[in-house]
Amino acid sequence: MANAVGLRPEAIKAVPVRHPGRWVAAIVVGAIAAYIFYTVVTAIQNDHTAQGSGWAAVGHYLFNTLIFKGILVTLELTVLAMAVGIVLGVILAVMRLSPNPVMSWVSWLYIWFFRGTPVLVQIFFWFNLNLVLKSIDIGIPFTSFWLHANTNSLIPPFMAALLGLGFNEAAYMAEIVRAGIISVEHGQTEAAQALGMNRGLVMRRIVLPQAMRVIIPPTGNETISMLKTTSLAFTASVTELFTRQQQIATATYDVLELLIVASIWYLVMTSILTVGQFYIERHFGRGSSRGTTATPFQRFRRMLFTFHAPPPAPPELAPAAPAVPRSEHR
Amino acid sequence: MVKAEAVQKSFGRLEVLKGIDLEVSPKEVLCLIGPSGSGKSTFLRCINHLEKIDGGRLSVDGELVGYQQRGDKLYELRDAEVCRKRSEIGMVFQHFNLFPHMTALENLTEAPIRVKKESRTVAVERGRKLLERVGLGEKVNAYPRQLSGGQQQRVAIARALAMEPKLMLFDEPTSALDPELVGEVLDVMRGLAEDGMTMVVVTHEMGFAREVSDNLVFMDGGVIVEAGKPREILSSPQHERTRAFLSKVL
Repeated sequence: MANAVGLRPEAIKAVPVRHPGRWVAAIVVGAIAAYIFYTVVTAIQNDHTAQGSGWAAVGHYLFNTLIFKGILVTLELTVLAMAVGIVLGVILAVMRLSPNPVMSWVSWLYIWFFRGTPVLVQIFFWFNLNLVLKSIDIGIPFTSFWLHANTNSLIPPFMAALLGLGFNEAAYMAEIVRAGIISVEHGQTEAAQALGMNRGLVMRRIVLPQAMRVIIPPTGNETISMLKTTSLAFTASVTELFTRQQQIATATYDVLELLIVASIWYLVMTSILTVGQFYIERHFGRGSSRGTTATPFQRFRRMLFTFHAPPPAPPELAPAAPAVPRSEHR
Repeated sequence: MVKAEAVQKSFGRLEVLKGIDLEVSPKEVLCLIGPSGSGKSTFLRCINHLEKIDGGRLSVDGELVGYQQRGDKLYELRDAEVCRKRSEIGMVFQHFNLFPHMTALENLTEAPIRVKKESRTVAVERGRKLLERVGLGEKVNAYPRQLSGGQQQRVAIARALAMEPKLMLFDEPTSALDPELVGEVLDVMRGLAEDGMTMVVVTHEMGFAREVSDNLVFMDGGVIVEAGKPREILSSPQHERTRAFLSKVL
């Protein structure tokens, strides 16, 4: 095609640049990792437990019913706290960018406070709310319509942890969503306004859907982070994974083994989330300028079959080609 | 249709419009030409209140833009009113600004369905017809990034027409296009003019201005330097500045 005479120049066969430094680094890092691994494994091996060696105990507790119940609570807390965080975060971000100064300042203050104090303190605060408020009464003044609730019954431990984690997360999500909104080109807003769309419509139909691409990756990050942060609910005596392992450890003195069990489960859950995050990002990144990222399997296969060959050309984006099936009309 | 009296606009200390007077009658095509920074785009954006004017009076179809006069007092319009008025004015941008997450047809039906509360069937019907009219009948389900610049701009024109506007504003609609794609967009605009659409066009396409426009306005430094019939201005400009500008672009 390129050559009018039809002669193709010979393909290049060159010796690739060697990287001996990489091999040395790999061996050094491998040796250090192996040593640390060995130390931990033997330490647990030599620990005496009711089940024999430490590893036997780890295997014993790994599928313990109480641990499973804890995992369930951890997952519930993660999902609910993230839901609170995302919904409230979107509202706060839109408020922050509102031309209404009251809205924007309320949002600023919220973020300032909830991002500026430790989550642990916030969980404790909700857990101990009854020290400040004995009961919560809502009603219409000068009438007999009043609702009365005891603070402790209104905010049980799980609710305290959920409020603490969720409200804190909302402050972070607000900043993430705000960054996403700002990343959408201003021309989009103008075009929508020129069509007569009001502020709410522009945000909901035009700006937010386009902001998703920027919002999704850090949100995945936040979810993974949240999964581990739920262990702080232990301080509010919520029976999630960390609390459960702690309970068993105090009864059996198998402290080290139970920490390993909890760590294994946290790792399993975050690994699943990581894989999920990869595919969600891939979905929302579709059609962006760089094309889709290869899955680890695809990369592995490509590495196997094209060891020393030049990297395959990236899939062409072909803007002019009718990538979309022709419509049925006409 | 559009009436401007001593329209004045500043960005901070910079005065971009220093008293613009002009009138556009129904079915008229008016072209605004001039060097960049002359205020022609700003003036266009004032017409649908994307920019607020600081002085003078600007009205569309006999109603003030962005304000309401009661007695001798001016009241700023509420958001909903501004939106309603904008929905009657179509606008086409230099960089198309199509919604990238929607197909060509969805770009056309979004505002009629959400703003005018039209039924989906009616909106889709009209959307298909309009795409057909701009020569993109088979691109109904294409996303903007799958279209060339010229095709995108034609979709953008169709999107503005989908609201059945009484006035169309064009802000340098061909400036971001490859030279070979300019023609297809100008053809659509020419057709629109022939159908009797009232149009205000900011452009650098002198050929288009000469053939299609009824009146031509040359702006420089925030004022109208010269206005009149396009042939007269383009062939025998009266002012030195107009002459200097035309000698560079023609």
